[in-house]
Amino acid sequence: MSFDFFSGTARARIGALLVVLPLTIAAAVAQTHEHKLGNGLRVIVKEDHRAPTVVSMVWYKAGSIDEFNGTTGVAHVLEHMMFKGTKTVPSGEYSKLIAAAGGRENAFTSRDMTGYHVQVHKSQLPLAFRLEADRMANLVVSEDEFAKEIKVVMEERRLRTEDQAHALVYEQFMATALRSHPYRAPVIGWMSDLENMRAEDAREWYRRWYAPNNALVVVVGDVDPKEVFALAERYFGPLKPKALPERKPQDEPAQRGVRRVTVKAPAELSSLIMGYRAPVLRDPEQDWEPYALEMLAGVLDGNEAARLNSSLVRGEKIALSVDAGYDSTQRGPGMFLVSGTPAAGKTVAELEQALRREFAKVMNEGVSESELKRVRAQVVAAQVFQRDSIVFQARQIGALEITGYSHQAIDLMIRKLQEVTAAQVHEVARKYLVDDSLTIAVLDPQPLPGKPDAAAQGRNHAQ
Amino acid sequence: MRNRRLHLWFALVVCVVSAPAYALLPIQHWQTGNGAQVYFVANRDLPMLDVSVDFPAGSAFGTRENSGLAALTQSLLKLGAGGLPEDEIARRMADVGAQLGGRFDSDRAGLSLRTLSSAEEMKEALSLLARILQRPEFPPAVLEREKARIIGAIKEADTKPEVIASRNFNALIYGNHPYGLRRSGEADTVAHLTREDLVDFYRRHYTADQAVVAIMGNVSRGEAEVIADQLTGELPRSGAPAAIPDVPSLTRAEARMIAHPAAQSHVLIGAPGIKRADPDYFPLFIGNYILGGGGFVSRVLEEVRQKRGLAYSAYSYFSPLKQRGPFVMGLQTRKDQAGEAVAVVRATLKDFVAQGPTADELEKAKQNISGGFPLRIDSNRKILDYLGVIGFYRLPLTYLDDFVPNVEKVTLADIRNAFARHVDPERLVTVIVGADEAALGAAK
Repeated sequence: MSFDFFSGTARARIGALLVVLPLTIAAAVAQTHEHKLGNGLRVIVKEDHRAPTVVSMVWYKAGSIDEFNGTTGVAHVLEHMMFKGTKTVPSGEYSKLIAAAGGRENAFTSRDMTGYHVQVHKSQLPLAFRLEADRMANLVVSEDEFAKEIKVVMEERRLRTEDQAHALVYEQFMATALRSHPYRAPVIGWMSDLENMRAEDAREWYRRWYAPNNALVVVVGDVDPKEVFALAERYFGPLKPKALPERKPQDEPAQRGVRRVTVKAPAELSSLIMGYRAPVLRDPEQDWEPYALEMLAGVLDGNEAARLNSSLVRGEKIALSVDAGYDSTQRGPGMFLVSGTPAAGKTVAELEQALRREFAKVMNEGVSESELKRVRAQVVAAQVFQRDSIVFQARQIGALEITGYSHQAIDLMIRKLQEVTAAQVHEVARKYLVDDSLTIAVLDPQPLPGKPDAAAQGRNHAQ
Repeated sequence: MRNRRLHLWFALVVCVVSAPAYALLPIQHWQTGNGAQVYFVANRDLPMLDVSVDFPAGSAFGTRENSGLAALTQSLLKLGAGGLPEDEIARRMADVGAQLGGRFDSDRAGLSLRTLSSAEEMKEALSLLARILQRPEFPPAVLEREKARIIGAIKEADTKPEVIASRNFNALIYGNHPYGLRRSGEADTVAHLTREDLVDFYRRHYTADQAVVAIMGNVSRGEAEVIADQLTGELPRSGAPAAIPDVPSLTRAEARMIAHPAAQSHVLIGAPGIKRADPDYFPLFIGNYILGGGGFVSRVLEEVRQKRGLAYSAYSYFSPLKQRGPFVMGLQTRKDQAGEAVAVVRATLKDFVAQGPTADELEKAKQNISGGFPLRIDSNRKILDYLGVIGFYRLPLTYLDDFVPNVEKVTLADIRNAFARHVDPERLVTVIVGADEAALGAAK
């Protein structure tokens, strides 16, 4: 099982999007160029001249964190509707125009944001800008298109959540760990909210959040920043800014004791998620705990040699798999997550005890300098490897910016990560891996009806 | 240098002038002293190196009795080699920030490495990879543990409707052909595998003269030659390559309905498709883009999703292999809609095979595939993958240079004829997992 804090839901299959692995806030360090239009739209450009291609991403600071009960999932539904036509571009035409230009397009919604991306030959950037600017202001959500697309979204929920045991467990985990903060609702929305959603809910969302002053454009590739800024002025410049609604913090009250939830779903093996409430990065210069928590996640599960795999999967053989993760950069409350599947003959209770023993080891004995050094080596290498993908570079800049950090702080963040000491990791482990802020979700696997060998259940019908 | 050539080459393509005087990517190819095929592209833009080494050692080289042997052999390579236990290998790899990956499918098995190209890091990472590839130890305790983990994962997978669908689909289209074997193997076959089985499989299939070494990144030709020797020099030569038998065509249509408590039915429809070397590769590739490979501009998604809202994902693809890989159409939909969705997909295919695409569709498809070609090779990772494919399937070194001309010359008749030759809508396998009897009248 793996989870990622950014995991949202996308319009089509696009692989793991924005999977911010532990410690991958490390970034490409080449220089960027920034320009702010009169209407508040920010444009960030990074040159990468290795190939004649370009990625253009338009980000909106509007994710499921901005939703209310009763209309959960509307951020994602609107993302789907963004391909369903504007005043001048008919439904489906967006995709056709990008495809005919040799491009690839997609979009995603996460808890913190919604993003639209296009990869094209550099000569086609004006087309991408024209279409993005058009749908930033002129979207038409028709009753007819909405009625069809909401069915598609419900199918997406069935595919990715209803019929996925681990997704159901994660969904219940979040709804248990958080009681008031909107992160408790799934990005795709509760099924009841989808069943009762109206076209007007999507329109209202669009009116509220889709505006140049709530958006960000990131372009990475074989471009001249000046030309990109001129293009942005031309296409996005005429759009009018909007008065944005106040965002209430909806802070989660302090947790006062361990919470447990059990989820029954068709599966063979049990599994568990343990999540500890944890801080997130607010001041990249002054904060230190989030960096130490990133390093802790790295020591536990940041590389092949990391502790949890080495001790619980390979050594004690108590788990088939274990994962640990923590994301320091997000708009809402943080969580230090650990998950795992017990080995045959072992129970989730035994796995939980084994994980607790590992945490106790960190809390009592700390971590070694050689472990930290190994995690730092991953950070250094990741900085280089990430430069091989312009899409990754654009995602990284955009995700940080839209979440409220300056991409200029990336170098600082990397330095701060490298400076984390063993004593600091020790301290955050002792402070945050405590029962009072722990939530545990367990999958109680339910056998499929009928014979155990599913393949034997088939009945052939000759046509 | 690569940059300039890319630019120039693209200019030629958009004018649709075929004057392939310039190599798009200067791929260097040679054979090592003991027969390994090496494919190399130098790129000095980033201080990093990607390497992969593949062998004809995929799941198709297994049997019904030892299914899972190929996958287990590959996964154990890095878990103890050349005197180093698994933890030591993992630690050393992590200490230099290197990433070890792998490739495994019906035909191929291999390992890949991404490392910084700084001297110390690269040396250590390559020396570990050389050890793993050439001196794996298959420690008995590790083998037993990994078997238990794989069996657990197989049992878990067997509860999932998409896995049940794909297992049954492959069994029906391939019968007793080894392409019908599940890549991971089965719980009972994996349980019986022994260390001797792995050692023997490794010895027979991980041989120098069958190895394909792909190297992409910040090294010179001289360095690349040393690396290729270092990674394969100790491997034995096999003489004759193992062969995968021909795939027979389906003799009749067949449908299988399987009960499952999931909310959706998972549908797979298809048949054996084509070999990688088939001369109809490009017509089918472009035709399939129009049929169901082009996402939101494809007919299948248009009919199933855009017009009717029946599914989130609906697609078709060919997956060409050494022998005939599968042609697959698939979707997932709420159970009570499965009958309707299957009928829509079948009608879409039938119409496409009978009529072929329209001239407009073909033009748009070419615009996308030719115009989007630069996106296929705009990173070291993507180029490494192409080197691996070119090497393994012995495609011409000019494969990438010829790609756009090969796309551009495809005609409407080529696509119609190719589909007529390779896809018979009256002889397809249909698998529906999570079947709702009442709704499936149409599918039977």
